[in-house]
Amino acid sequence: MRNLVAFPLLGLAVILQSAVFSQIKLLSGYADLPLILLASWALQERVKSAWHWAILGCAMLAFVSSMPWPVLIIGYLAVIFVAQALQKRVWQAPLLAMFSVTFIGTLFIHLLSFAGLTVLGTPFSFGDVIGSITLPSLLLNLLFSIPIYAIMRDLARWVYPIEEFE
Amino acid sequence: MNSRSLQTTIIFLVVGGILALALGGFFGSASRQFSSVLIEVQTWISSRFLGIQDFVTAPRDIVSLRTRNAQLETQVSQLQAQVIELQQLTSETERLAALVDFASSKAENTYKAASVIGRDPSPFLHYIIINRGSNANIRRGMPVVTNQGLVGRVDAVIADAARVQLITDPASAVNAVLQNADTSATALGSVTGDISLDLISQDVTVESGDLVLTSGLGGGYPSDIMIGQVVTVRSLEFELFQQATIQPAVDFSRLSIVLVITNFRSVDISPLEPLAIP
Repeated sequence: MRNLVAFPLLGLAVILQSAVFSQIKLLSGYADLPLILLASWALQERVKSAWHWAILGCAMLAFVSSMPWPVLIIGYLAVIFVAQALQKRVWQAPLLAMFSVTFIGTLFIHLLSFAGLTVLGTPFSFGDVIGSITLPSLLLNLLFSIPIYAIMRDLARWVYPIEEFE
Repeated sequence: MNSRSLQTTIIFLVVGGILALALGGFFGSASRQFSSVLIEVQTWISSRFLGIQDFVTAPRDIVSLRTRNAQLETQVSQLQAQVIELQQLTSETERLAALVDFASSKAENTYKAASVIGRDPSPFLHYIIINRGSNANIRRGMPVVTNQGLVGRVDAVIADAARVQLITDPASAVNAVLQNADTSATALGSVTGDISLDLISQDVTVESGDLVLTSGLGGGYPSDIMIGQVVTVRSLEFELFQQATIQPAVDFSRLSIVLVITNFRSVDISPLEPLAIP
């Protein structure tokens, strides 16, 4: 039941992404709050609802963004997949796992966005995308990943209490 | 009169006489010395008293001063908040006044003002979200402007909000005209937010500072809306067209209020475009 917190939390994340984070630019890139939030949620050991959260997040983002929805669905579900795969292997170093997922997830989603929009006819310069968008966004995502991971860890403890888990 | 009364009377007369003589100046130096001693004593006592009084009353004053100071600081912070609020109101009023001036100068158009409430979550796309939608008669394809120039075009609409594609978006292409050269071109957005002008004929001379306006061709935008000014021109002999970079008239990073032209209906000319022959 406590998983229903996903609705207000992801809604707030999308609103913050649209209203605040998209204004905090480094060159032309900015942080991807839903990506960091979903990645850090999927990395929590007790969490079993990461896929549901990702689909909900994609639905909310698709409502706001002009990005084609297959790009969002494939991109964010891939982030959950990578996070869960890493969580089982790098469970002793959660921050390292968080950085790795953020790094891989950002690159993958940007590559997918680039490919998807190019296929749909939007002209892009690959050099501009890497230099002006992807690398600055990557830096900002890594910066924001630490505090958001801590918040999501506490949230996971609240949503999945130890008694219920055991 | 008994002897005791007589003694009292004599003492009074003597003391009174001495006082009268002293007041009359008959005891000059003696009275001065006496009075100076008295003054010194009084000064000493007074200064000690004041010191003690300060010592006793000072803490009470500090407390009251601190209270007063806290009150004043609270008042100052309230006033500062009011000043900031008033400054915001002033700047918003100035922006609105400029928009009203712009709207009244283009009386043929009908405008609907809207606030910018967000941007596209993806850095690949240059879209804004405004707080007016179909309930305010906003429709897809309507041009969006400010008093400075062209902003973009409504891309998607819901009841109380709409998404606007900016002319800086990589997928945006606006048919334009160079005012001085009187030739048409196409203004293209880019992923970095810069606008370039392409498809400029090699026959015309384009100079830095030339104004770029919408041409109205294609039916996507009304004509004669400012897009920006030419900054640099690239003209190579072996290329079919010249290119130029444009400084946009609108500051897209500070968009807060925009005007939607609600009486303009964009024309979809795609059925008229020739199909590619396989």
